[in-house]
Amino acid sequence: MTEDATLLSCCGLRKTFGKDAGLVRAVDGVDLDVAAGETVAIMGPSGCGKSTLLHLLGGLDRPSGGEVRLASRRVDQMSERALARLRQDSVGFVFQAFHLMDELTAVENVELPALLAGRPARAARRRATGLIERVGLAERAGFLPAALSGGQRQRVAIARALANEPLVVLADEPTGNLDSAATLEVLRLFEDLHAAGQTLVVVTHDSRIAATADRMISMRDGTFIDETRLTGGTRGDLGALAGLDGLS
Amino acid sequence: MSRLRLVGRLAARDLRRRPGQAVLLLLAITAATATLTLGLVLHGVTSQPYQQTRAATRGPDEVAYLGSLPSRGPGSGAPVTGTELVKQVRTQAAALTHAPGVSGISGPYPLAGALVRANGLVAGAEAEGRDEVPAAVDQPRLTVGSWVRPGGVVLERAFATGLGVGAGDRITLNGRPFAVTGIAVTAASAPYPDLCYWSGGGCRAGPPDTGSVRDRGLLWLTKPDALALATPGNPVTTYMVDLKLTDPAAADAFALRYDQGFGPPEMISWTGIAQADALLVQDEQDVLSPGAWLAALLAVASVAVLAGGRMTERTRRVGLLKAVGASPGLVTATLMAENLVLALAAAALGLVAGWLAAPLLTSPGAALLGTPGAPSLTAPVVGLVLAVALGVALAATLVPAIRAARGSTVGALADAPRPPRRRPRLLALSRRLPVPLLLGLRLVARRPRRALLGAANVAITMAGVVAVLTFHATAGQKINGGGSGLSDPVLARDEQVLLVLTVMLLTLAGLNAIVTAWTTMLDTRHPAALARALGATPRNVAAGLTAAQLLPAVPGVLLGIPLGIGLFAAADHGGLIIVPPAWWLAAAVLATLAAVAGLAAVPARVGARRPAAEILQAETA
Repeated sequence: MTEDATLLSCCGLRKTFGKDAGLVRAVDGVDLDVAAGETVAIMGPSGCGKSTLLHLLGGLDRPSGGEVRLASRRVDQMSERALARLRQDSVGFVFQAFHLMDELTAVENVELPALLAGRPARAARRRATGLIERVGLAERAGFLPAALSGGQRQRVAIARALANEPLVVLADEPTGNLDSAATLEVLRLFEDLHAAGQTLVVVTHDSRIAATADRMISMRDGTFIDETRLTGGTRGDLGALAGLDGLS
Repeated sequence: MSRLRLVGRLAARDLRRRPGQAVLLLLAITAATATLTLGLVLHGVTSQPYQQTRAATRGPDEVAYLGSLPSRGPGSGAPVTGTELVKQVRTQAAALTHAPGVSGISGPYPLAGALVRANGLVAGAEAEGRDEVPAAVDQPRLTVGSWVRPGGVVLERAFATGLGVGAGDRITLNGRPFAVTGIAVTAASAPYPDLCYWSGGGCRAGPPDTGSVRDRGLLWLTKPDALALATPGNPVTTYMVDLKLTDPAAADAFALRYDQGFGPPEMISWTGIAQADALLVQDEQDVLSPGAWLAALLAVASVAVLAGGRMTERTRRVGLLKAVGASPGLVTATLMAENLVLALAAAALGLVAGWLAAPLLTSPGAALLGTPGAPSLTAPVVGLVLAVALGVALAATLVPAIRAARGSTVGALADAPRPPRRRPRLLALSRRLPVPLLLGLRLVARRPRRALLGAANVAITMAGVVAVLTFHATAGQKINGGGSGLSDPVLARDEQVLLVLTVMLLTLAGLNAIVTAWTTMLDTRHPAALARALGATPRNVAAGLTAAQLLPAVPGVLLGIPLGIGLFAAADHGGLIIVPPAWWLAAAVLATLAAVAGLAAVPARVGARRPAAEILQAETA
């Protein structure tokens, strides 16, 4: 990977909570480069700092030290307004708990980022409808989250993450709350995104998800301890690689 | 017993853990109960000063107006004057002197109309001609100076205060110069500005053109000086005599027996005058009563919002209690106990505060002697105030407490927010609005009942403000109508009471605005954090939270305008009402909305500053 192709990077990234005896190093000196179009999986046990790292990369939280760059821009030094703009235009988040607005239908949830970015309502709806179709939920577009299955909710959340055509999608345990069948649905969607050249950083403690990535990084106690390149990812044989044969 | 102790201990610990909220709740209920106490204890507090004045002035049990009384009755024809009038008055007075039950008499005294000029002010006056020697019945009590002498006049104290005149000053009556020899009080007629109040006897003489009868006062001078004030156009037509009865309690019956209706003698008993004297405080009661209920309504809104907010914050605690085996009943009891204890404490504070503040409003004014003494806190007053305080707390807490206790334990442990409502039309409308309004309208749509409460809060406050403005507009008209520029003690006292009420209402409303914004901020922390994760700026979110308070405030302020005018009309008992100028109302609307926005912005900004990741992470955990 050349330096020019690096889309997202961090260097010496640190995040601490508390102080003195209560000091917790959630992220402790992490260096990372993610190329445009690459899928990176970050694995590790609960509490190792994966989610915190993701929040720092997406400008949702501020680091205690180090730097984060997205498309050559210093994220860690941005003002709150600039960070908000970054999240509007360049970053899409997918959360483990979906974080859909309960009172909004699927399509309304998907169009929300575009409305927050100040796009015209009609254009936002057109884009949201297209994305809902893309994630295979055209017939459920008018349903509230409560009427959707877990997998469907996560697909809506992924569609929402894509609403403003972000440079990178950051997914935090996207299948953590899903059963096997729903996990496969989401994996297939990530596979499609990967194929379409979408840059993805997926945090997970599920090795089957990690197996679908270009690169897998292991994390423990706030630091990276191992990195494995999985050239080719899961393309063409997703179910077998993920150990979910027979469920599709 | 142990269960009760457990509830008490849990409630006490929770109160200690969040003293700020407890203090807010305490303040809200205390303000309402203090106002209510004030309104309730004012009843009957003026009788004592009138009795003291009556004793000090050898006040009459009955005042009889004699003569031709041209101002009363249909078709009474031209008034009788001169020697014919004197003859008639003597005959009528003699009849009363020998009436059964009469033990003393003074008079007859001629009543002349006078145009008073003093300190650049002009007012009407009833000039009562008196002997230079003190009377056996109804001798006005001098508070300053000396009694009447030729060329010297004594002014009733409230009237003198209005004119800004003291002993030794010079005034003119119908253009003739007089020296003010003294200032006195009387129990024989209603004081300025209620001299012409009909139940108090009504005024029988005055200059032909003095505008408002509220600007008419009472003064005493020698009989020759009084008679000399008469002109062909404004002759003396009425005399008065003061009677002492063997049984003062029978004064009303005596008046009924001897009053001739549309002809002389016309009788006024001391009880009627006492009622007119009480007008000063009665006006305050008329203002305080609706004000107290407005404050109580605002307190209900405060407590409802506070209780709702406290429940939102206690979701996880409820989950923990239930997880360790607390029954829904115990959880409800614990949540209720906190607010009921606070309500009881607030009621006690309100009772004491209202009782202590009452004497400030019950001063008898310049017209009477003495002080009213501390009003009594009777059992019904204490009971009513306690019931209102407990009712307010119960009404506001019961539903959220039961809802919290019956909800899912797992959901409570996860601190999951209550599912919001879906309002498709509002959502569709919000899509076309700028981001702050989009967020604000969606927040309103999520919790419509809270928005209604916010609107009610603003409507009640605005009603109070508009009532005050209407009072000022109406008082201004009354004063302008009189054209004298005299200070009116009744209006001045009303203004004082209104000022206290307005400050109280504004304080409560401000408290409500902050608490509502704070509760909304707590309740919407997850969607707000999510909006930020999706690209909304903290400023967008703060503006959205502020807009969520402002949107319901708009119909609230508009509704408050007719409500306030209606409130004033109710308190004014159908009297004159002048609607405030449009620019006053527009300024009040804008100021109220600005205040709501300003007060809501504080918790909104604090909430928007919390890291979004932390909130979203907490929900995932």
